[in-house]
Amino acid sequence: MLGYPAHFGQIECLKLAASPLFSDKRLGYLGTMLLLDENQEVLTLLTNSLKNDLNHSNMYIVGLALCTLGNIASAEMSRDLCSEVEKLLGSSNMYIKKKAALCAIRIIRKVPDLQENFVQRASSLLNDRNHGVLLSGITLITEMCVASHETLLHFRKAVPVLVRHLKNLVSAGFSAEHDVTGVTDPFLQIKIIRLLRILGKDHVESSEAMNDILAQVATNTESSKNVGNSILYETVLTIMETPSDNALRVLAINILGKFLSNRDNNIRYVALTTLNKSISLDINAVQRHRNIILDCLRDADISIRRRALELSFSLINESNVRVLTRELLAFLEVADNEFKPSMTTKICLAAERFAPNKRWHIDTVLRVLKLAGNYVREEMLAAFIRLVTQTSELHGYTVQKLYASLKSDISQDSLTLSGVWVIGEYGDILVRGGNYEEEELATEVTESDVIDLLESILAGPFANQVLREYIITALMKLTSRFSTATSSERVKQLLAKFTTSIEVEIQQRAVEFTNLFQYDDIRPAVLERMPVMEVKETVIAGERLNSPASGSSGPQASAAAGPSDQDLLLDLMGIGTGGGTTNAQISAGAPSTAGSGQANNVDLLADLFGGSNISSPPTTSKPSAAAVNDLFGGLGSNSSSPPPAPVASNANILDLLGGGMATSTPATSPPAAAVAAAAGARPASANSNASSQNSSSQKFYPVYSKQGLAIAFTPQRDSTNPNVVNILTTFRNEESTSGGTIKDVQFHAAVTKTQQLQMRPASANEVAPGSNVTQVLKIANPQKTPIRLRLKIVYTTPNHGAVSDFAEFAGFPEGAY
Amino acid sequence: INFILVFNRQGKIRLTRWYQHFSEKQKSSLSQDIVTQILARKRGMCNILELEGRREARGKAIYKRYASLFFCFGIDWNDNELSGLEVLHKYVECLDQYFGNVCELDIIYNYSAAYQVMDEMLLGGHAQETNKKIVVKHCKGFDKLEESDSIVHNLRASNIA
Repeated sequence: MLGYPAHFGQIECLKLAASPLFSDKRLGYLGTMLLLDENQEVLTLLTNSLKNDLNHSNMYIVGLALCTLGNIASAEMSRDLCSEVEKLLGSSNMYIKKKAALCAIRIIRKVPDLQENFVQRASSLLNDRNHGVLLSGITLITEMCVASHETLLHFRKAVPVLVRHLKNLVSAGFSAEHDVTGVTDPFLQIKIIRLLRILGKDHVESSEAMNDILAQVATNTESSKNVGNSILYETVLTIMETPSDNALRVLAINILGKFLSNRDNNIRYVALTTLNKSISLDINAVQRHRNIILDCLRDADISIRRRALELSFSLINESNVRVLTRELLAFLEVADNEFKPSMTTKICLAAERFAPNKRWHIDTVLRVLKLAGNYVREEMLAAFIRLVTQTSELHGYTVQKLYASLKSDISQDSLTLSGVWVIGEYGDILVRGGNYEEEELATEVTESDVIDLLESILAGPFANQVLREYIITALMKLTSRFSTATSSERVKQLLAKFTTSIEVEIQQRAVEFTNLFQYDDIRPAVLERMPVMEVKETVIAGERLNSPASGSSGPQASAAAGPSDQDLLLDLMGIGTGGGTTNAQISAGAPSTAGSGQANNVDLLADLFGGSNISSPPTTSKPSAAAVNDLFGGLGSNSSSPPPAPVASNANILDLLGGGMATSTPATSPPAAAVAAAAGARPASANSNASSQNSSSQKFYPVYSKQGLAIAFTPQRDSTNPNVVNILTTFRNEESTSGGTIKDVQFHAAVTKTQQLQMRPASANEVAPGSNVTQVLKIANPQKTPIRLRLKIVYTTPNHGAVSDFAEFAGFPEGAY
Repeated sequence: INFILVFNRQGKIRLTRWYQHFSEKQKSSLSQDIVTQILARKRGMCNILELEGRREARGKAIYKRYASLFFCFGIDWNDNELSGLEVLHKYVECLDQYFGNVCELDIIYNYSAAYQVMDEMLLGGHAQETNKKIVVKHCKGFDKLEESDSIVHNLRASNIA
């Protein structure tokens, strides 16, 4: 109570409320309302006195009780006193009726189940003449319709009644009581229009009934005063949300336009809000007002600025993106700190979606980083780096610009991070120099300059742990990019300083990198360029740009084949995730993958194949096939050149499976063109295993048997996932025909498009005579189509030399798997 | 309407009414916040404030200044702000008519009457009666009832004695 704790008064208030004296009662209830709220346990003591008072003969006392109930009722109190309130709702006294109606609202809100009790009475309220009762009744019905859909359907019938009331109000003559500066009872009008909006939403019939009256209200209401404007506002909202006809919509938008140019701030605020809501309906109209909106961005009033900002973001599309972004960037410079995070995110998202060309995109993001780098979110930074790696032609440009901005200002966190990363990656381009643009010459930068810069950043006040880690990694990368020995020496010295750092991560990196200096032969390979990252739509929860219908291609535009959670892993291992970008870039990535160590990669690769096939809709299967082919290109199997332009995945498979060998590719393959998921078998130790894999519970299907190599499948449904079939592949060496150990066994398999294949590494790469080698294949078959496999088998036998063969297997019984 | 705040130019709160449930801490922090924000606004600015940050009190605050007092209503996001301003104005008019030329002192000394008027006009956060005459009539009826009741009570007490 006015800031002071007032627990002592609570019991006193209750006692007062229970006393028979009216003045005491009045004070008591007032005190209760002020001191107590619904969560206090003391409130339950009040229930009894309330009950008595609700049945009192004096209407004022009843009124008091209803008032208290309506303001602070809790759930239990509502349940107890619900029947009383219902009875009062039916009383003939206006005063009581309207209070009871509003009380019912509170009860319904607290205990939604009790809503049905009130529906009957509420409809009768609509026919009352008294404005107060009508007002409360309409509020009650509005609340009920919002809460429950059936009530809404029930009250749709009341639309004509409402329309009639509204008509009376609008066309009635001057009535002194309800008049507010010339408009008859605007509150009632507004409430009716609001209820009409709720009832008419998505319902064409009711909307038609309302059309005339809405038009009448919209045209007749005087808009010079606030009252009129409030009614017009409500009307516009209703027109927007119900399926009304076009003339009305045009009328509404005109009204909004008038609002926007009104000098009163409130009205402008309201107009901006409504435009935001209606932008999905009619963008062109809003575009017309673009200039005014941009002016509002610079208004002194913060509420208007906020609204204008939101609206501007929704307005961005391909045609006006440059202009708008320029304005927004200018605004970013002067904006308050609370706006900055969301602004940076939205600007970057907009740039990504609508960038007319890459250079502009990079420029814009650079500006954002420079202006508000500290407020840029991580996802934006990642997107920026991704973008940089993709635009190889602009590498020089980007790195030059970043270098220049870093030299001038290292206070912005994200800017420094991205700058350091890019310099690390493309340091050689930086020192190479030369012109990169029509007029501008690249500034001459020497290697020691770059290292100086990095050193200064390290020593500077802004270097936090993450930044230091980045710098160390960048320094290492530079050693393989830069040619002079002095740079390597300097880097070694810098690293040596960190080998004793307290932070574990930094120390680890420093020590490992220092050791790496001893392995000069693989150092370049390890420090190779990062491959191009996939194009991904950056989605940030809650910060999506409001895209008008035209921009809905967003999510599909990514067309990424690689799953996002594999990204990080793959980046770490220096393997591209593939897919989405052009083939040319992927083949550029392929040689680099060839360089990376094979040894520890295959496990990951096995997961990859499972991973890279998931979530690729058929349309993107071509790029993913291409990518995967190239990946396997690096592993030394037979895919000769990168597959030709994605003609058909069929063609890809043929290429994969060995440059057009026509031996056993059945002519029926085209329709069933499969997504290739080839896997190479890994060298491993021989494993002597009893050849009798045909355990009693499992079937054994012979697949291929030539030149001494016999392959058989043993399928088994996976216990954990009913859609997955595990196939145990057994390679057996019949010594009689092969003549010795069969070496370099490679087994490639492909499944139909509706299935996904995952191959585990084989137990061995050589099959000694009489022994077996096993490999597990997992096939995910959610659509339960018959499993068919196309196989390519490559091996070398002493007797027959290198053999490469195709086979097809569809021998599983129909419907079994 | 979620809450009502009336305060003067020095930031002292005169009347409050909370129609939604807020804890004590929330109430005080919210009021302080709003008071500081509104007092900082200049004359020509929009009467609508956006309250962000707090989850429960998300919404807008509309306010208007009358002489030395600020009246502030807190409303939901999708409520009609202009109509809220109208209700605010109506409330002040009712106060004016009831007290006859109301000023801040009236509200300080007769705050129960001010609350009475408020309760006659708004219940549970919704407007129940917008007719000035009726509102004032009922409030005066309350007063009369109270007087008559206390007279009866006193008589009875003196009789017994």
